[in-house]
Amino acid sequence: MLGPVWLSVKLAAVTVVVLLAIGTPLAWWLAWTQSRTRAFVEALVALPLVLPPTVLGFYLLVLLGPAGAIGGFWVAMTGSTLTFSFTGLVIASVIYSFPFVVQPLQTAFEGVGRGPLEAAATLGAGRLESFLRVASPLAVRGYITAIVLGFAHTLGEFGVVLMVGGNIPGQTRVISIAIYEHVETLAYDRANILSAGLLAFSFVVLLVVYTINRGARFR
Amino acid sequence: MTRLELKIALSHASFMLDIDTAFELAPITAVFGPSGAGKTSLLRAIAGLERGANGRIALGTTVWQDDADATFVPPHRRRIGYVFQDGRLFSHLDVAGNLSFGKRRPDSALTVDDVVSAMDLGELLSRRPAALSGGEQQRVALGRALLTDPVLMLLDEPLSALDVGRKSHIIPYIERIALEFGVPILYVTHSIEEVSRLATRMLLLADGHVSAFGGVGELLDRLDLWSSDDGATPGTVLTAEISGSEAGMTRLRLNDQTLRLPAVDASEGTAVRLRIEAKDVAIATRRPEGLSIRNVLEATIVRIEDAPPVLAEVLLDIGGQHLRAEITREAATELELVAGKPVFALIKSVAIDRSLLG
Repeated sequence: MLGPVWLSVKLAAVTVVVLLAIGTPLAWWLAWTQSRTRAFVEALVALPLVLPPTVLGFYLLVLLGPAGAIGGFWVAMTGSTLTFSFTGLVIASVIYSFPFVVQPLQTAFEGVGRGPLEAAATLGAGRLESFLRVASPLAVRGYITAIVLGFAHTLGEFGVVLMVGGNIPGQTRVISIAIYEHVETLAYDRANILSAGLLAFSFVVLLVVYTINRGARFR
Repeated sequence: MTRLELKIALSHASFMLDIDTAFELAPITAVFGPSGAGKTSLLRAIAGLERGANGRIALGTTVWQDDADATFVPPHRRRIGYVFQDGRLFSHLDVAGNLSFGKRRPDSALTVDDVVSAMDLGELLSRRPAALSGGEQQRVALGRALLTDPVLMLLDEPLSALDVGRKSHIIPYIERIALEFGVPILYVTHSIEEVSRLATRMLLLADGHVSAFGGVGELLDRLDLWSSDDGATPGTVLTAEISGSEAGMTRLRLNDQTLRLPAVDASEGTAVRLRIEAKDVAIATRRPEGLSIRNVLEATIVRIEDAPPVLAEVLLDIGGQHLRAEITREAATELELVAGKPVFALIKSVAIDRSLLG
C-alpha cells in the first residue's frame, strides 16, 4: 500500500529539484530577454498544459525507447533502458510539469522588476550576487508556488506515467497507477484510500498556493 | 576638481539623447530641464544602465565607456553611487541590511557607523523600508550609495516624491555628502528651487541636447533659456544686501531700492540670493496706493514675450538686475506695456536661498 505513495513522493521530489535547476535559468531568461525567440520558447514551455498526456507520453515513449535517439544513447551508455524505469519517469515528469515551475518563477522575476537589480548593480553587486541576494529573496513567493505546484502536479500525473513507465512495483508504480489497478481489480476500498489521500493533499496544496498569492497582493 | 567627459548618443522609440560636453565637476552640479529632456537617461548612461548608449564617458583618467576601443565597464565596477527617484531600497532587508549591502570595500576608510551618524540613521537601523517615511527612505538610499565609497554620486530627483517640508530636511544631508565627504554630485531635478538652493553650476538639457552650461546665477538670469512650457516655474535670481532690521522685518538693499521681508537671520552687509517667481510679480503703471503688497520696485521694461496661450512674460530691469513678471497678455495690452516703459513691479513673495547665508 505504501510502496506507490513513497515512490510518488520520491518521483515528485526528484522532479522538482531537477525542474528548479533547469527552470530557474530559463525563467530568468524569459523574464528579461528581448529576443524574438521568447514567444517560441514560452509556447513550447506551455505545451504540456494543453496536450493530452497520451500525446506527450507517446512521443516520450518513442524518444526514450531503446530505438529512440535519447533512449538508444542511454542504452549504449548504461546498458539499461530508460522506458519503464524510474529515471525515464523523472525525465517524463520534468517535461510534463515544466510549465508549473517555469511560469510562477517567470512571473515572480518579472514582478521583482529591473529596479532592484539596477540598484544592486550601482551598489557594486555583480549579476550572480544580484540574483542570489536581491532577486531570489524578493521572488521567494514564486519559488514556493513553483515548488508546491511542481510537486503536486507530478504527484497527480497518470497518462504520461502509464505510457512511459508502465506499472512495475517499486519502479514505476506510482499512486495514480496503483489507483487505476485497484479499480481494475475491483479493490475499491484500497482505491478509495489512495484517492482520498491524493484529493486531500491536492486541496491543501492549492489552498497554500492561493493563500501565498493573496498575501502577495496585499503586501 | 575632476573633469567629466560626456559624449553620449542614445535613441529610444520616441526620444533621442545627443550630448557632447565636458566640464569640471562642482561639488554639486545640477542637471536641469523639463520632463522628457533626457536627464534621467543621461544619468543612467553614466551609470552604465543604458546598454544602448554609444559614445565615451570618462571621469578624469577613469574611462567608463569608450566605443573607440570597445571599453564598457559594467555598472557594478564603476564606483558610481546612484540614488533613484523612488529610493529603491531592498524591501526584504532592514535598514542595516540595506546599508551593509552598499558596504563592500573592507579597506575603505568609510565605515557604516560614519554614514549612520552623518545621515542620522541610528534610530532606523532595524526598520524595514516599508515602515519608513519617504524622507527616511531617501536618507537611507543616500547613505547606502555613499557607503560604496563612490567617486561620483548621481541623484535622480531624490526629493520629487517628498512634500515641501520634508524636502528641506533632506537637503542638508545631500550637501554633507558633497562638502564633508567630498563626493561630487550630479543632481537631476526639474525644480529651480532645488537648483538654486543646492547647486553652484548647472547643465541645462532640452530635447536631449545640452542647451547651456554655467554658473547657476548666470543661467537663471538668462531669459532666453527658459520657456514657460519647460515644466519649471520660471523665476529670476537677484542679489541683494541686508541693510538692517526692525520690528521683525529685515531690510534688503537692492541697488538703490529697498525690500522689506520677515526677519532674515543674517547680519548686516551679508549678500543674499533672492528668488522671485515670475507669477509672484505684478506690474503697475503708477505707484499703487491702498495695497497690501509692501514691496514695490521701480523698474523699466526690457522686453515682452508671448507665453501662449494667454500669458506674457515681461523682463524688467531693476538698476541693472533682471526680474521677470508673468501677466496675462490682455493686461499687457490694456496697460500699453512696451519695451522701455517705466513701471512698478509689485512683489508678492520672495524666497531667500539659505545656502548663501552660511
